[in-house]
Amino acid sequence: MAETKADMIDLAEEIVRDLELGTVSKWKEKTGGKAVGCMPVWSPRELLHAAGILPVGIVGGGDGIEIIKGDAYFQSYICQIPRSTIEMGLNGNLSPLDGMIFPSICDVIRNLSGMWKMLFPKTPAWYLDMPQSFDEIGVDFFTHELKRLFGEFCRVSGQNPDNDSINRSIAIYNENRSLIEELYQKRRERPWCFPVSEGYLLIRAGYQIDVKEHNKMLRSYIDLAAASDCKAIDNARVVVLGSFCEQPPLNLIRTIEKSGCYVVEDDFTLGARLIKGEISTTGDAIENLARAFIEQSREAAFIYRESEKGGELVEKVKKCNAEGVVCCAPSFCDPALLDQPMMVAAIEKASIPYTSFKYAENTGQFQVIREQAGTFADSIKLWS
Amino acid sequence: MSKPVIKESSMDLQKEMLARHFEKLAVSEENGDKCAYTFVPGNLAELLHCFDLLPVLPEINALQSAMRNKSADYIAAAEKEGHSEDVCTYVKCDLGMAKNGNIGPTGTRLPKPSVLLLSYTGCFTFMKWFEILKQEYDCPIVMLHVPYQADGKPTAEMRRYIVKQLQEKVIPVLEEVSGKKFDIDRLRQLMASSARSEDNFVKVMESAKQTPSPIDGYFGGVYYISPIFTAFRGTPEAETYYEALLAEVNDRAARKLGPLTPEGPMKEEKYRIVVEGPPNWTHFRELWKMFSDEGAVAVASTYTRVGGVYDFGFRHDPDNPLESLADYCLGCYTNLNLPTRTDMISKYVEEYQADGFLINSVKSCNSFSAGQLLILREVEQRTGVPGGFFESDLVDPRYFSAANIKNRLESYFQMIEQKRNAVSAL
Repeated sequence: MAETKADMIDLAEEIVRDLELGTVSKWKEKTGGKAVGCMPVWSPRELLHAAGILPVGIVGGGDGIEIIKGDAYFQSYICQIPRSTIEMGLNGNLSPLDGMIFPSICDVIRNLSGMWKMLFPKTPAWYLDMPQSFDEIGVDFFTHELKRLFGEFCRVSGQNPDNDSINRSIAIYNENRSLIEELYQKRRERPWCFPVSEGYLLIRAGYQIDVKEHNKMLRSYIDLAAASDCKAIDNARVVVLGSFCEQPPLNLIRTIEKSGCYVVEDDFTLGARLIKGEISTTGDAIENLARAFIEQSREAAFIYRESEKGGELVEKVKKCNAEGVVCCAPSFCDPALLDQPMMVAAIEKASIPYTSFKYAENTGQFQVIREQAGTFADSIKLWS
Repeated sequence: MSKPVIKESSMDLQKEMLARHFEKLAVSEENGDKCAYTFVPGNLAELLHCFDLLPVLPEINALQSAMRNKSADYIAAAEKEGHSEDVCTYVKCDLGMAKNGNIGPTGTRLPKPSVLLLSYTGCFTFMKWFEILKQEYDCPIVMLHVPYQADGKPTAEMRRYIVKQLQEKVIPVLEEVSGKKFDIDRLRQLMASSARSEDNFVKVMESAKQTPSPIDGYFGGVYYISPIFTAFRGTPEAETYYEALLAEVNDRAARKLGPLTPEGPMKEEKYRIVVEGPPNWTHFRELWKMFSDEGAVAVASTYTRVGGVYDFGFRHDPDNPLESLADYCLGCYTNLNLPTRTDMISKYVEEYQADGFLINSVKSCNSFSAGQLLILREVEQRTGVPGGFFESDLVDPRYFSAANIKNRLESYFQMIEQKRNAVSAL
């Protein structure tokens, strides 16, 4: 474990940028366990963990991979993440994985699940059908869906954990979610000591390492950052919205920060914190997990809600004492871009300033974004 | 000025049905009739008829707007309001139409919805579409979530989930909106009628297995699916229409005639093609002409299975009405996984003795489009017939490049010809 904050961030960045999944291979060598890739946004990592499997968050190749084969599978109007994921699959980057999960967040990821079955028939590809019926009917369906998947995980790992084991895994992930929330809370209190670019790397690193290791890493970072001597500057406090699947390049996140924004809330790594609060660790563990998804999920573009859209966003802006919203969605992302006008309507109604732009995970030019975000931050500071 | 379209009597019959339906919608508010906005794939037409709710299908409004050259302005209006250029143009066209008086295809105003019945079947965008519409209209909304057939077959659990939603959510809301009690016997009668129409519909579509094919199963197929995929399934009008249509098709087949195109009867069937993907609606006739001028007939298409895959055996079952509705929703084409879609297309190529397989890849529809290039390779590999690919959009005329598409189609058909000549020279 790295001893200084800077070392820790370097380590996290190294893990995040390692498209060969070196940490995953090492974990497998050390434990003899299996690893399963989880596409955005959310997967039942607790069930994988209980089955002795390392859940590995796969969020495309970012700006670290040249797309050659992947482009041959997708038309120009389809987002970037499936191309880089196919590229990684065909290049062998994902060979440490013993299966892949495709959650039901949009038509592209949905169809990618079928492509995976056709292109990689030896690797199990599971589609996770998350219910859109947010009631007892949904709990019942999702409990069955998760039990079905858990059976598949156990078949892959050769283990047969009992209910208590799953509850123990849920407790470990409860700690993980709690630490991530603490990190966000600290950032809201002192964003100059807890910059988003660092927090982002820390959470992203957790997509590729064992959750217990990640918990230690988070604890250590929070303590080191809290003790650090940082100076506050007169940045605008903003909420970033729309980046829950295909991730912006790290330099885009840094650009937003450098342009004069403190990102006090975001949805970059939403999967790690989709479920709010603790999940019960008593009783039927799988039903508890299903119920938590139904009852404790955050507002998200891929989740159907009958209540007015944007309510949670407005509340979040107020809670974070944010001064504006940056709508930052990937090009061709149906959930984010179809959601955006409804979100904008809600924040306009609440007189919250906003700006919006699009990106791709391999965007390389940031000057325009820096100017736009900088102007937005300046306008907040000068006129709000 | 374009030439007048040559029509058969079934087309007039359909036109009258649509006119009557839109007339009913136009006067529904003054007559106290209620209407439900809902989507084509997985539509619950029989259930809506059970409650005397008039169906309004936003995709149909959008495509009708495109065929009447109105979609460009509607899309521009929606984009001006902040809707991204990247997203589904059906949605933007519908929103633009609503903002411009909600005038339907027959020139009369469509009523506001009494209920939004969100049948989430095979398309993620449907969910966002109705969330947006919910903000426009003060009416109840009810969601029917249909799981995806990711492993190529429906499960008992999926069926149970849908039936429970129908029983505990959808039906109570429809009862409340309509003020009528649910009558399962009426539903059974409507479903029995649906099954009779479905039998004749399948016979019409499968007539294309003959040579020459008496129908075009893509462009012409769009007309054949219209009653059964929209407001008329389960009605006597639909039964009458499909009886008349089948008689016409049988007559053409007996006389060894090809399909009727807008330019007149097709003279020579040179290429038998299977088509994947929805049509382009802004240049529908122009695109059809590009096929028919070359002697290309679409003998089967996947778009005509988007509102139900009847030729693989499904029929609405009056003995198990709710379970049958569940199976119907689960089985719609875009709710099938890619391996199943690939199997299905390969089967069409073989059973319909196709010379080629073409994909119209539409920008707006990820549900169809994501993965099509892999389907293309697989179908080519399995069947040995050459695949082709062109791009357009559903209702945004900016994405229809006539010269490019024509050029590509002509080259494609030439390539089939050359392959044929090479084989016959052996």
